[in-house]
Amino acid sequence: MIYREAGQYKTSYQADRAVFPLRQDRIGIAVIVAAAYAAGVFGSDFLLQAVLIPFLIFSLAAIGLNILVGYAGLLSLGTGAFMGVGAYACYKLMTAFPEVNVVVWILMSGFFSAAVGVFFGLPSLRIKGFYLAVATLAAQFFLQWCFNRIPWLYNYNISGAIEAPLRTLFGVPITGATATLEARYFVVLTLVIVLTWLASNLVHGRIGRQWMAIRDMDIAAELIGIRPLHAKLMAFACSSYFVGVAGAMMVFLWYGGAEYNVFNIDQSFFILFMIIIGGLGSLIGSFMGAALIFMLPIGLGIVLPALGAPFGIAVDAATIEHLRFMIVGALIIFFLIVEPHGLARLWQIGKQKLRVWPFPY
Amino acid sequence: MSFRNLTIAAIAGAIVSTTALVVPASAQEEGIYVPLLTYRTGPFAGSGIPIADGMHDYLTMLNERDGGIGGVKLIIEECETGYNTTKGVECYESVRSKNPVVVNPYSTGITLQLIPRAAVDGVPVLSMAYGLSAAADGETFPWVFNPPATYWDGASVFVKHIAEREGGFENLAGKTVGLLHLDAPYGREPIPVLEALAEQHGFDVALYPVAAQDMQNQGSVWLQVRRDRPDYIYLQGWGAMNPTAVREAIRTGYPIENLIGVWWAGGDEDARAGGSDAAGYKALSFNGAGADFPFIDDVITHVHDKGLSQFPRERIGDMLYNRGMYNSMLIAEAIRIAQEITGKKVVTGEDVRRGLENLNISEERLAEMGMEGFAAPLNVTCENHSGHHQVFLAEWDGEKWTQGSEWMDPMTDMVRPLILDAAQEYAAANEGWPQRTEVCDN
Repeated sequence: MIYREAGQYKTSYQADRAVFPLRQDRIGIAVIVAAAYAAGVFGSDFLLQAVLIPFLIFSLAAIGLNILVGYAGLLSLGTGAFMGVGAYACYKLMTAFPEVNVVVWILMSGFFSAAVGVFFGLPSLRIKGFYLAVATLAAQFFLQWCFNRIPWLYNYNISGAIEAPLRTLFGVPITGATATLEARYFVVLTLVIVLTWLASNLVHGRIGRQWMAIRDMDIAAELIGIRPLHAKLMAFACSSYFVGVAGAMMVFLWYGGAEYNVFNIDQSFFILFMIIIGGLGSLIGSFMGAALIFMLPIGLGIVLPALGAPFGIAVDAATIEHLRFMIVGALIIFFLIVEPHGLARLWQIGKQKLRVWPFPY
Repeated sequence: MSFRNLTIAAIAGAIVSTTALVVPASAQEEGIYVPLLTYRTGPFAGSGIPIADGMHDYLTMLNERDGGIGGVKLIIEECETGYNTTKGVECYESVRSKNPVVVNPYSTGITLQLIPRAAVDGVPVLSMAYGLSAAADGETFPWVFNPPATYWDGASVFVKHIAEREGGFENLAGKTVGLLHLDAPYGREPIPVLEALAEQHGFDVALYPVAAQDMQNQGSVWLQVRRDRPDYIYLQGWGAMNPTAVREAIRTGYPIENLIGVWWAGGDEDARAGGSDAAGYKALSFNGAGADFPFIDDVITHVHDKGLSQFPRERIGDMLYNRGMYNSMLIAEAIRIAQEITGKKVVTGEDVRRGLENLNISEERLAEMGMEGFAAPLNVTCENHSGHHQVFLAEWDGEKWTQGSEWMDPMTDMVRPLILDAAQEYAAANEGWPQRTEVCDN
């Protein structure tokens, strides 16, 4: 009824190729973006720091990994390490050139991650699937070892950690201890929106189509004139770029500091779960997966004690933790059985149903 | 209901549960809010559970016996970190809105995250003998406290101890001292002190790093130990690494009395792994082991007998359980002193910061609390947030920890300048590090 395209005519090829062909979708996106900015003004500290900032950063990392796994069909287990490359590159750049704005360095740090990604992506022409995953696992361990054992990377800091120095944007501190949550949130939100828009253009354009062709059948893609090495390395570069920027944002706009252990293999799996649950080869799926995997445990931590309270059951912290593992694990299995294509596919089905509602055929 | 519909219902449920986040935390009851960041799950739970129970039980005892501190109840709440930095920061964020008077992160990683935020948020950080050693400089870190000693103090006591056994520092020349450590910032902490002392006294330092993923698989490191035959080994490990090291030392035939752990390598589970063969294994400690202290009787009557504790009755007196209680004692004393200084009943984070800065626990006070012989007197000042206090070597007799040595002073004159340098370095690396403006009451 409400969600219907009747009366919306497309008069140009451009309009036909639009990412959001329906007016309702465009309005919806505008409302979500407006609500996201409003959250920065009205949201509580907990909502911003513990929920929204990490959610946005993980979404960006998931988009990065989705480019590689979902669009180009190359499996990677090195996401955590590539996030680390972005973070350490950003730290070195920030401390070496303090006069340049930190946002520039956050965006630049992705290129270092991209270069490292391309290097470890080189074998992807010869090895595929599971074997490639193992090759990227080598990247994970090697890079993590570097973060720990090369003191130059953390400026010979005794604690071995990298810490965010004070940096400002338009005179407002956005990194370091004195940066307000609101300032950090707005920077994160804006960067994620801009980068998502960039990713959307990438995957809908020529390069994205090459990736999908490679993913669906690389020999056929080669026959129609796509250069596999080119396309695969491009996928590694773009993926690592987004992942690296997410890593830099994670350390400087969320944590405020980190040690090498933050970029361990658990982090890689965490992001991989997000895109599997959210939906491979879908940008909105990256957001949905990040929301489910990251926010659900937090939600459970709040809901479970509240559920137990009326019955006089005190749910203690460790029990919540165990319940979180069980519930999230069960949900992952449930979703994979019900909809192996992830939340994004469910969302698509829901939209399709709404288009014909209330007169289904 | 079809499978698809079920899914849609599930999604709707998920959305409802996430919106619950926006609902503000439940109304506050009157009291002093003391959050405990603990870990009863994850790879370090073995060490985390006794500490969590110790911290929790001591504060509960104060509530039950005295009705809190100065007549105000303590609101004790645990948040599970799993020794995971991300979760720890999330915990900190969730407790911060309820005006905590102090946080104890109980993890070096989480402490490092919270140090820059402490001053901004007005929440003092108590990192008892862990975290950043440089935080002992109160001029640079007015909001961070690491009594009673830093890792650097610990390493200096270790060298003092082996010098004693060799009959003086001059006999250390030509000896080899091994450092078996977790290959992480925590494990590498003692290196600068050991190297400085090695240069001074002419012994060699051999490093044996163990990566976090190899904690339970130290075979290759111990092969190297067998080849080098270091005269002494200092063990700076945590969690599963410690019992493995003790077991491997016994298996390799390394003289167990020459293996000496830092205080975090001195849990009952760590030594028990070697059983009676581990008799003679030593670890530094700043709290007594065993249950023969009057205050532990109070904990048994007021907490265990009322069924308010999760800790097994027969394990009361375990080293790490006692250490958790020591940690809570520091919190309680800081709150009490804060009440004295400010005259307020319900104190804030800023007040407790002043309380921590004026911590002065004398022999008399220890006796008053029923802690005679349990801990050394403690004195924290505005300049010195650690105090570099005495520690002793606990010795495993095959079944339990015993007091293996007298209380020993660390080499403060050597450690202190290193700390001041490190603090300067930290402040320089973090441009815009605030100058101290906080009042000093001593």
